[in-house]
This record gives sequence, structure tokens and C-alpha cells, in this order.
Amino acid sequence: MSEKKVLVEVQDLRTYFPIQGGLVRKTVGHVHAVEDVSFRIREQETFGLVGESGCGKSTTGRTLLRLIEPTAGKVFFDGEDLCALSKEEMRKKRRDMQLVFQDPYASLNPRMTVRRLLEEPLTTHFSLSPGELSDRVGWIAGAVGLAPEQLERYPHQFSGGQRQRISIARALVTKPRFVVADEPVSALDVSIQAQILNLLMGLQKELKLSYLFISHDLNVVRHISSRVGVMYLGRLVEIGDTEEVYLRPVHPYTQALLSAIPKRDPSEEKKRIHLTGDVPSPANPPKGCAFHDRCPQCMAVCKEEVPPEVEVGPGHKVRCHLCGNR
Amino acid sequence: MRSFVETIRSLWKDPMGKIGIIGILLLIFMALFAGQLAPYPYDAIGMKFQAPSGEHLFGTDKFGRDVFSRVLYGAGVSLEVGIIAVGIGAGFGYLLGLAAGYFEGWTDRVIMCLMDILFAFPSILLAIFISAVLGKGIGPTMVAIGIVNIPVFCRTVRAAVISAKGLEYVKNAQSVGVKTWPILIRHISPNVVAPFTVQATLALSGAILTEATLSFLGMGIQPPDPSWGSMLAEARANMVRSPWTALFPLLFIVVTILVFNILGDALRDVLDPKLKV
Amino acid sequence: MTNLLEMKDLSIDLYRGKKIPPVKLVEGVNLSIRKKQNFGVVGESGCGKSITCSSIMGLLSFPLSVGKGSSIRFLDSEDQEVEIAGLSPAGLRRLRGKEISMIFQEPMTALDPMYTIESQIAEALSFHTRMTKAEIHDAALEMLRKVKIPRPDQILQDYPHHLSGGMLQRVMIAIALINNPRLLIADEPTTALDVTIQAQILDLMNELRESYDTSVIMITHDLGVIAETCEEVAVFYAGQVVEQASVEAIFHETAHPYSAGLLRSVTSLDGAQKELYTIRGAVPTAGNFAPGCRFADRCDRCMDVCRERAPALCEIAPGHLCRCWLHAGGEDEGKGVAV
Repeated sequence: MSEKKVLVEVQDLRTYFPIQGGLVRKTVGHVHAVEDVSFRIREQETFGLVGESGCGKSTTGRTLLRLIEPTAGKVFFDGEDLCALSKEEMRKKRRDMQLVFQDPYASLNPRMTVRRLLEEPLTTHFSLSPGELSDRVGWIAGAVGLAPEQLERYPHQFSGGQRQRISIARALVTKPRFVVADEPVSALDVSIQAQILNLLMGLQKELKLSYLFISHDLNVVRHISSRVGVMYLGRLVEIGDTEEVYLRPVHPYTQALLSAIPKRDPSEEKKRIHLTGDVPSPANPPKGCAFHDRCPQCMAVCKEEVPPEVEVGPGHKVRCHLCGNR
Repeated sequence: MRSFVETIRSLWKDPMGKIGIIGILLLIFMALFAGQLAPYPYDAIGMKFQAPSGEHLFGTDKFGRDVFSRVLYGAGVSLEVGIIAVGIGAGFGYLLGLAAGYFEGWTDRVIMCLMDILFAFPSILLAIFISAVLGKGIGPTMVAIGIVNIPVFCRTVRAAVISAKGLEYVKNAQSVGVKTWPILIRHISPNVVAPFTVQATLALSGAILTEATLSFLGMGIQPPDPSWGSMLAEARANMVRSPWTALFPLLFIVVTILVFNILGDALRDVLDPKLKV
Repeated sequence: MTNLLEMKDLSIDLYRGKKIPPVKLVEGVNLSIRKKQNFGVVGESGCGKSITCSSIMGLLSFPLSVGKGSSIRFLDSEDQEVEIAGLSPAGLRRLRGKEISMIFQEPMTALDPMYTIESQIAEALSFHTRMTKAEIHDAALEMLRKVKIPRPDQILQDYPHHLSGGMLQRVMIAIALINNPRLLIADEPTTALDVTIQAQILDLMNELRESYDTSVIMITHDLGVIAETCEEVAVFYAGQVVEQASVEAIFHETAHPYSAGLLRSVTSLDGAQKELYTIRGAVPTAGNFAPGCRFADRCDRCMDVCRERAPALCEIAPGHLCRCWLHAGGEDEGKGVAV
């Protein structure tokens, strides 16, 4: 795996949203949605990003595609700095990098037929003859498992799972190399989730795709990703190969998160790490380590200093003062 | 254009839509063929204050002019003023609202500030002011009513655009890399159509009324040209003695407004994609 | 009646118009809940699990209604049998909040943003008891302590938007339990919450049931939540109960192909990147059921008989019910073993 080329590289990415107050809309503070996040995604690899709601994982995905402008940091795509591109250059770049949305009900224009939905990305980025257009649409519809006669229907005539197939087809019809999948199965029923995950994995092989897979569902991320990053309050607290992180989690937050997964079986005995309290507001993150006020192993240094990134194994990096002593 | 034909076809299937279409077609027919349909010229003078009869279907007014003929000719004037004035207001309001809503920031602030200034004047006063500057007659009246209508349309469109911009599928189109104009036309505009058409039907009735007011004050349509509003204004003094002089123009104003509102409602239902099968 | 709640042949109709017969969204549900039992109801969206449980509270509103011949009998705190299906609005109000209470999926929208936490708890109390203001305050404070809310005296004065989703769900549980109800219906209580908060809430509910005599009906789509909290489970599919058994039996001696499929299609924690098991197709819509088994089109083990005749819910082992021809021993629906 490690021989494969790095396709996406994120360096020290920060995204802040201004909080405006008062009559004159003065900026009174910032929501630190993404704080100092760095990772790499290799070709044909799936990088999973997990974390609880509000941890900044979706913002990271959208900033990476420059749908939200980053406050600081760099994003390289195939060696090219995306943040240096003009708006129009970035727009053209989008045919290589696409986003699959969480909500298959809201993310498709209800006034367009499936065929028009699938044609739009093509007519935006290529100049194709009507015959070529129809061939490409037919090809992608077949690839995601839509029947040709379904192309003339409207999105609301489909079930949730089928709509997500349409969303995926729309994202992949331009043959991108990189896809950000933002909670693509969270809105779906369990039995449908599996169908969509299988589809995503099959298409990855067929089209040689790289995925950034964002989800709050730890089981789903484990299944689909080869590497995984755990986010807490805008920060990447642990990153490593999926099995390594799941079997030998180092950061106390990762440990607590994994122990909170409901047991798979009524007879299973499970030791649960209890986290007290709630996630602090990203507008006013705690000093030092962001996790210190909920951490069962909090030390004095955690309250003062932001922990540095420490490599605890090959490619396994953790931001925790507990690892500093190793 | 295909979708336009489809819209009309589905409007026709809806009972209320059918009433609206027939009503509008009748009005247009009246306006276009007033010269052929009217038994008398609109300024022909005869016996004053005649009650409705076989000879004068709607009676005659204080100058002895045939009310039926004047109502027919008035349909043309009222529709013309209404449609062109609303067209001016809606056209400019739409473009300004679209720009303000989509681009936000300074564009938005400047446009909305101008609109607020226009809004701050009482609309009749503003219309009087504008027609005082531009002069009397049908043309200036239409422009005046049009300008008065711009801020209402601008606000309606802007609000619809802003809410449409938050829709996931608009974000989806941005993430796909669709250019700004196609996004505005293909994904955002359809969401504006429903509030826009409702606003247009309301504005149409408002425009017909404003025209009546202006005409009454001597700023709008000049006599002896007939308009429903000016007829109503002229009939005011003799309302008790000869109610038909006021009743028939009034009836036509009410029916016209009703027809436009019915059409607007039906159109909103038809344009709602969730009801499409 | 020894059970706390007995549903007999419950059906729920969807009204479609005067001339058209109503669609049966739920059909032939027989469930009984014992005292102090934790009962799980699991199924995918649209399977009828939520409306079935809403009917216990008398919360169905037009166009939904409880069908003819349905019976929902409840044993109230004076050991009187109450027939909920035919109860007057006043009778229902007497039960709601006092005998049966409910917690919802979205704690953020289930509380009134205009009132403090204290007045919302007080409202639940004062309707069913006669207490002074001071007593109510003390009871509310005590209740917040029981659901482990930090700084309870301060939280009482707060408004819902001050609190996080997890805290609000605790408040909801406090309001639901404050009258010591006989039955608590929890409709996806943790679905809207994060994993770590979900774990806190489930642990809390498990702890609380030690100190209360309340039976719990847990409605969820998440088999993990069922495994954590329940003793007995009913699996719903397309408006019917397809399997009902103890939680161990559901997980280890799964009988119905749908339950088995659900269990298998949940991503397994030990799974490397292998193909996931899927149940093909999608749930059929109510009103369009083909004759025969409603799962037949999606079933891997579908036989000829499955497409022709509907199977009945039969007892295949003591306490283990299953609606499937693989286990039925040849019973048609309607002639099946009465349960």
C-alpha cells in the first residue's frame, strides 16, 4: 500500500467561522471548526474520518474541496496546491474531485429527471455530442444499478437507497479520481446501508477511486477504510491504519469512543469507559488539550499545553501527553 | 419551452387552473376585440343615467355613454397597464433580487438599501410623484406603477433565493462545479417561481387599483379614455342614483383579480414538484 | 390479566377517502408486556413499529386510526383493566404521563423552548398529583439527581436551548419517570445522539430500571441498542411481527430470514474489507403487498409456498415465535396457533 502515490495531502488545515454580533456585525470571535489538521490520502485508498457531531469532520471534507474557504493551511491534489487556484480554475478542477452528500432526499433537485441530473456534470465539464452524452449516462446508471427506464423519472419517485445510488452516479459520472463521501449511509436503513457500502467499494476498484469517508458510525468506517483519523473538537487526535487504531487505540478519546459502541451480542461482556460531560463549544475550546476536561486520565500538563503529535507506531500518530513519555 | 407547454397542460387538468385559464383568455379576448364586440364607441354620448336594458346592457353613465362598451374598452386599458406595470416591476425586481440574494455582501447591502428607501414612501404618493415628473397619460402611469412595485418583487425574490441557496442540491451543484449562471437558472430560479407568481397576481390587482387611484386624481389615464378605475372614480358621485355605473366596472375589477388569484394558486400547485407523478 | 399490557389483533388503518378501503399499515399484532419487562421493538423505517407504540398512548391522529377488532388492554396502578382502544380523551389523559409515558427521538423539539426545565417537570407532576410548589421543586430536584444531571438546582432554572442533546434526553427521562409510570415507551431515544452520549443514556436507563417498577418498550432500528437493554424482542417487517423471542434467541437462534439478514448486514466489527451481506431490494409499500409472505421478494430462501400463502406467526420453540414457512409446519395465516 505504501508504494502508492499520495493523491491528496492536507497540511495544517484550519477553518474558522466568524461569530458576528451587534448592530454593525462586528466579528466578536471565531468558531474553530477545523484546527491544525494534516493527513494524506493515497491513490485508491479510503481514508476514514470519524468523530461525534460538531467535531469538524464534515467541515474538513468541504474545506478540502474548497466549498468552504480555509482560514490557513494547504491542500495539495496530485501535487498541486488547490488554495492557490482561482475560483474558475478550482471550478474546472471539480471534475476530478466530487462530493457525495448525506441526505439523498435534499441533495437532488426535485425538478430534474435522473437523466438531466446525470447529464449536468458532463455538460458542465466536457463538450460531448448527444450520443456520447447518452452513452456516458447509460454507463454510469448501469454501474450504480439503475435501470435505463428509471432515467426519465424524478428523484421523489425513488426510495432512499436508490436516491443515494443516483447521488453516487452524479458524483462519479465525470470519472473523478477523488471522492469525499460525507456520511453517505447515515440516512439509510440498516439493510440498505450494506448495499450502498458494497456499491462504493465495488466502484472504487472499478474506477480506481480514492475516498475520504466521513462518518460518525465507527463500524461503517472500520469496514470501508484502510486508514482512519479520529477527530475531536476540530482536531485530529489519532490517525493510523484502521486495524491498528481499532485494536490498539492509544488516545483516551479513541478508547472511550470505541468502548461506547453498543455491543453486538447480548451475551457479550463489555468494559465501557465512561466519559463525563459534553463536548465543549468549538467557539470556546478549552486551553491545552481540547479533551482534558472529559479525559479520565487528565494530568496537569494537559490543562496547559496543546499536546504535540507523537508517532507511536508506523504511520500511527497520536496527540496526547500520555504518549510523550514513551 | 417544453416545460411551459407541460405546465399549461397540467394547469388545464386542474379544475381551478381551467377556470383561471378560461377567465384570462376571456379577458384577453375582450381586450383584443373590444372594437368589434362593443355596440357603441366608448365616447359616444346619448341619454344620461339609463338603467341597464336591452339597448344598453349595463346602462349609461353621467354623460350618457354606454357602460358595457366602456367596460369592454376598459379591459384593454386595465390589462395593458396592469401587465406592463407589473412586468416592469417584476422584471427589475427579479434581477435585483436574484443578484442581492445570490451574491450577498456589498451587492446585497447596496440594493437592499435602495429598496428600503423606495419602500419608505407610501406607494400612492410615490406613484403620484413619479407621474408628476414623467407627465400624464398611459405610458408614465405604467412606469410609475412599475417602479412602485420593484421593491416588493425584489424582496420576495431575494428571500426565496437566500432560502434556495441553503438547499442541499444547490450545494451539490456547486460541488459538481456547475457555473454560477446555470446554478441560478436551473437550480435556484425554479424555487423563486412559486412566490413570484403569487406576488405577480397580487401586484396585478394592486396595479389595477393604483391605476384607478391615479386616474381618479387626474394623474393617470386621461378622459375620455376608459379604464375601470377611472370609470369607478367618475361614478362615485352618482353611486346612489345609478349604482350600475359603479357596479359593472367594480364587478370586472373583482372578477379579474379573482381570476388572476385562482390562476396563481393553481400555478403554485402545478409547479410544486412533489405533486408531480 | 397478569400482563401489564396486551395487544390483541391490533391493526392500524390509514384513511384514504370515503370510497376507498383504508390501507392497513399494521396488521395482526399480538404483543404482551409483562410487569417490569424490557421489551424491544426493532425494524426499519416504515415498518410500523412507531405507530404501533403510539397507539398504546392513544396518540394516533387522522388519517391514522386503530382498526376494527383491535384490542389494547392495560392494567393500571389500581389493577383495573383498561381498554385503551375505546377510551375517551379524558380517560387517555388520566393514563398519559401517570401510567404510561413516552420519550422521543428528538429531545430538542420535544420540550417547549419557552419554559424552564423546572416548569416543564412541574407541569407533568401537577397534573396528576396535589403538591405544594415547594414539594414540586424538591421532587424535580430529586428527579434530576436520579438521572445524574450535574448542578441540578441550576439546570432547573435553565431553558431547553441552554442544554445539550444528551442533557435534554436526561430531562425527558426525568419528566417521563417522575410520576413513576407503569410503562415507559422509548421511541428511538438515542438515535439523535452521539455514540458516547448514547452509551451514557443507555447505561442510565439500565440503572434506573433497578429502582423503578417500570416496564420499558424500546423502539429502535439499532440491534446494538436492543442487545444492550432488552429481554424480549419483536422484529417488525412491513407492518407485521415476523419474529418474537428472548433477546438471546433472536441473536443466537435467529429463525426468520429477515432477522438473520438484519443481523448479518450490520457491519461487523471484526470485518476486514470483504463484501457485506445485503438484503436485496427494498421494503414493499403498504397497500401493495403481494399475496403470500411479505418478505418473499427479498428472501434468499424463498420457496413456492411463500409466494402463494401468507405464513402465520407460530411458536417454533418455547417462547420463540416466527412467521415463516421454513418453520411454520404448514399453518396458514388465520389458522395459526393463537398467541
